[in-house]
Amino acid sequence: MKPFAYVAPASVDEAVALLAEKGERARPLAGGTDLLVQLRRGRFDLDVVVDVKRIPELTRIAYDRAEGLTVGAAVTCAVLGEHPEVRGLYPGLLDAASIIGGAAIQGRATLGGNLGNAAPSGDAIPALIVLGAEAIVAGPDGGRRVPVAGFCTGPGKTVLRRGELVVAFHVPAPHPRSGASYVRFIPRGEMDIAVAGVGAWVALSAGGDTEETSRVEAARIALAAVAPTPLCVESAGAALVGRAPVEVAFEEAAALAREAARPIDDMRGTLAQRRHLVGVLVKRALRKAVRRALGVS
Amino acid sequence: MDADVDPTVAGPPSPGLSVVGSRPPRVDASDKVVGRARYAMDVSLPGMLVGKVLRSPHAHARIVSIDTRPAEALPGVFAVVTAADLPPIDPEDKRASGEQTFQDRTFASRKVLYVGHPVAAVAARTEAIADEALSRIVVQYEVLPAVTDVMEAVREDAPILHEGLRPRSLAGQDDSPTNVASYFEQVKGDPAAGFAEADVIVERVFRTKMVHQGYLEPHVSTATWNDRGDLTIYATTQGSFAVRDHVVRLLRLPMSRVRVIPMEVGGAFGGKNSSYVDGTAALLARKARRPVKVAMSRFETFQATGPSSGTVIRVKMGATRDGRITAAEATLTYEAGAYPGSPVGSGAHVMFSPYVIPNGRIEGYDVVVNRPAVDSYRAPGATPACFAAEQVVNELADRLGVDPIDFRLRNSASEGSEALDGTVQGSIGAVEVLEAAKAHPHYTAPLGGANRGRGVAHAFWGNWGARSSVTITVNPDGTVALLTGSVDVTGTRTSIAMQAAEVLGLPLERVKATVGDTDAIGYSDVSAGSRTTVATGHAAVKAAKDVIAKMCARAADIWGVPVDGIAFRDGVFRTTGDIARAFTFVELAGLLPDTGNVVIGVGNVDVGDWGASFGTHIADVEVDPETGKVTLLRYTVVQDVGKAIHPVEVEGQLQGGATQGIGWALYEGYDYDSNGQMLNPTLLDYKLPTMMDVPAIETVLVEVPYPGHPFGARGVGETPIMPPPAAIAEAIYQAVGARVCDLPMTPARILESLGII
Amino acid sequence: MAGKLLVSATINGEAVEFLCEPQQSLLTCLRDILGLTGAKEGCNDGNCGACSVLLNGRLVNSCLVLAAEVEGCDIVTVEGLASWQGLHPLQEAFIAEDALQCGYCTPGMLIASKALLDRNPNPTEQEIRSWLAGNLCRCTGYDKIVRAVQAAAQHLESSRRIERVAEKG
Repeated sequence: MKPFAYVAPASVDEAVALLAEKGERARPLAGGTDLLVQLRRGRFDLDVVVDVKRIPELTRIAYDRAEGLTVGAAVTCAVLGEHPEVRGLYPGLLDAASIIGGAAIQGRATLGGNLGNAAPSGDAIPALIVLGAEAIVAGPDGGRRVPVAGFCTGPGKTVLRRGELVVAFHVPAPHPRSGASYVRFIPRGEMDIAVAGVGAWVALSAGGDTEETSRVEAARIALAAVAPTPLCVESAGAALVGRAPVEVAFEEAAALAREAARPIDDMRGTLAQRRHLVGVLVKRALRKAVRRALGVS
Repeated sequence: MDADVDPTVAGPPSPGLSVVGSRPPRVDASDKVVGRARYAMDVSLPGMLVGKVLRSPHAHARIVSIDTRPAEALPGVFAVVTAADLPPIDPEDKRASGEQTFQDRTFASRKVLYVGHPVAAVAARTEAIADEALSRIVVQYEVLPAVTDVMEAVREDAPILHEGLRPRSLAGQDDSPTNVASYFEQVKGDPAAGFAEADVIVERVFRTKMVHQGYLEPHVSTATWNDRGDLTIYATTQGSFAVRDHVVRLLRLPMSRVRVIPMEVGGAFGGKNSSYVDGTAALLARKARRPVKVAMSRFETFQATGPSSGTVIRVKMGATRDGRITAAEATLTYEAGAYPGSPVGSGAHVMFSPYVIPNGRIEGYDVVVNRPAVDSYRAPGATPACFAAEQVVNELADRLGVDPIDFRLRNSASEGSEALDGTVQGSIGAVEVLEAAKAHPHYTAPLGGANRGRGVAHAFWGNWGARSSVTITVNPDGTVALLTGSVDVTGTRTSIAMQAAEVLGLPLERVKATVGDTDAIGYSDVSAGSRTTVATGHAAVKAAKDVIAKMCARAADIWGVPVDGIAFRDGVFRTTGDIARAFTFVELAGLLPDTGNVVIGVGNVDVGDWGASFGTHIADVEVDPETGKVTLLRYTVVQDVGKAIHPVEVEGQLQGGATQGIGWALYEGYDYDSNGQMLNPTLLDYKLPTMMDVPAIETVLVEVPYPGHPFGARGVGETPIMPPPAAIAEAIYQAVGARVCDLPMTPARILESLGII
Repeated sequence: MAGKLLVSATINGEAVEFLCEPQQSLLTCLRDILGLTGAKEGCNDGNCGACSVLLNGRLVNSCLVLAAEVEGCDIVTVEGLASWQGLHPLQEAFIAEDALQCGYCTPGMLIASKALLDRNPNPTEQEIRSWLAGNLCRCTGYDKIVRAVQAAAQHLESSRRIERVAEKG
């Protein structure tokens, strides 16, 4: 690994100033599970690594019934998974956050890092997208909020401008009778990168306590590892609206998602396999999300 | 049969053993659980420098020039070495070509043959300086077309790796340049007639990828010289003498000048029979005049050590309606990597050997490609061959509607059976193993669900004997110090000490076993071929018997009786004459210092007679028909182990070997792009099985004692890696009807076989 | 080149200060500067678990932590598992169950197992396998490791029961 300087600022302003000054030659360090590996492989080199874990706003979790959930960008997946409200109200987020690496990676990996790394296969990203999450960004010109759905622009590329830093994520309070889920396919039981992943969220109208008697009020579906960025397939969600959340509707959503996917062949999976898996996983994710919406899981 | 082995110790194990067959804690465990065990990576010497290797970024290229001066000029750099620093080769010498190849493996002189081929190395004060120095070495390459696929490499228009290579065969040499390093053909009986006689014939082509041993400890070596020219190397190796011989040949040193200290080995599985950085460290340390440690990264370990061959294997077998195999035929094409030497011969030897087959033909090809030169991996060459042959055996049984174990029993080899290559089986437990598998509750347990299937596979591995040295020194307090030249890669300090303790009539705690360095103990071959507990066990028994003989002589001296009037039984030396006198081992040991010389028992052996081992595996899987993902539900290993010296360690060998076979079956394989770049040189994308991927592995130790071993032991370590791919393939077929002929059997392959994608 | 950093931390219960280069990992500093060679390097990218240590009680791969990050932190390595009273029950169980062969993964496996039992004193086999999936072992086939963790969990549970009874008494 090429030598670099290490700085651990105590405030967002300090971090932003440093990132703004160094531009491409600086990167924020959250869990380090991607950044240190990339530095060691010589994918890029840096003058300075900005450790953001000592900044209070980045390591805080707050839940409010009206406001929803705010998760600091440097909160580790392990800490997230131990938070009672997150466990109770956002199981779809934990589906994703709890499968990023094994136990030791969980102790370091963060949502901010997963999004900032902008890998097409980032598991947390589709889960955040379908929950309608926004990234709270600080920058030299002040703050802004960016929907996670529009955050990644290509493999390793994001909308962040020079000096900008993701401070936290805001996830809306759960809609009544809604459920979310994330499922992925990997060859081994753990420790792998998704060959394909699907996040799903459904909100059901009032009334009806089974799949057959319920109606979908709104739905979102987002995909991982089948396009240059995590992909929100609006048509697939829209196709479910007004219908009972049953297999025939899931099939249609799955077909639309398969069409929207733009997978590639690589050593982790083939194009045909990925497109096929999108269909399988959309249905599995929807079944799980609907069960959660109905409170039966 | 070897004259060095005392025939009086042979014979089946007697009942009433007190140490052999017991389950003591392994002697190396207590240091390993507290972090005290010292591995080669843990070596630190005063003034030690960091050595790093510059490797070829190209799969095939001519080296036009190397300029090391910018690196040498960097402050903190103590030495830069290339092929030019190796001893000159006299072109008139008839061994010149062989020596050039040998040197080129350490540093390429004219051509690089794979990505990762070493070109130069540096020794520097810190890792950061060493990295910077590497980046300053300027190498000009003339890039050549590369070939990494074995079937492309045999085409006439393929790029040629070694211009001087001519195919070697039994019939002599051909005369056109080729990548086929050697080929052979073995014929028995009349194959055409055999197939004509068959009612059912199955023919398939199987492809397997290059795989890595996957030892968790990468290669590392530390070398230091004194001013007299004595070299000491701290190595991670399966054979300290192999490292010594390698460095002696590379640097042309007197053998007595090189001392190799074998450290604890962090896994090897055949991959640490060869040296990769020992010579590099020695060369750098000599030039830098400081100790140098060269550690390979995981990335380098994948790209530039010796994995196991990828293969293409065609198998054809025929059988009659009543379940008799009439003929077998196979063509094996194995990747050698950059230099000749794939284990294709061993694959050919084992694949049909479990069965009596009257007619057959096997062809084998050893083919060089622009990949790292292969090395041994647990039952070298055998796992792909077993995968191919056993799948066809299963398919024949399936087509004939015969139980697959019954089909194997019907055709099973037994003592005296002749294999296709003419070798004759000695005392074996093939039938016993098949019968034990059939009787195991697993074989008949209900599968309990949809998309589930069960498969079996059967394997033969021949094992090895060779040279081992042991000395045993008796201490006056009645403890003994056992020194062995066999590096302990599996727990052999314990299993060797147990055999000595048994002969000496001592409890294991009184036998302290240590692996000696090359200055301390006699030559011992690498710990490989499942030989160590067996062959070094012979040496330990011989050394222990020597101790007993010398102590009997001392007792005779003390008592003033002839030595043939002394007997040793149950740990006690007694007179056999009229006057009853007795010494316990401890009592006599206490008298040794005042009555004469130190008692040292010596056991040097070259074991030429050893037993083969058969194994049968049963695998249950569930296949997700939507994703093609395979989940192993239950797994049982049944193996003939002769006599389990330490049953727990034997179970560990069976479980660990099977797990490596499971990885080969489902997850592992080198992926290359068209330029010869390895795509998955990380433990993220080269997928070893995790704890989630294997079930509890049941083991059944069948004991058919081998008559040529003092306690009846057979080598056990290699057989268990062979059957898993075929057993799992059959289970997948039984579960969902997909017949997968390529390894690894990935979810995508299974979906393709099912016609889903 | 950036200058060296002074780091203060608690390692295995002892206050430690050391100088490191900013790009050096915790693993490198533990092994090469502090002489704690128990944690091993198997991959240097977080995929094998041989370098597992506890950082403020959490399981981490020390190859993926910069030494500079541990300022003020509490670290436990395999060298800190045993106490003056003897081996940790996990260490005893790994010996008794023969849950190791080459031993290279063992320090990481022990630390990861401790992290598991600290959180979940009575894990199921599936929970053990899932938690330890980040710790590769190439020798054993894992079976005996699972048995050892189960045995240690039982031992710790009965020790706790004895303590509770003793407190009541």
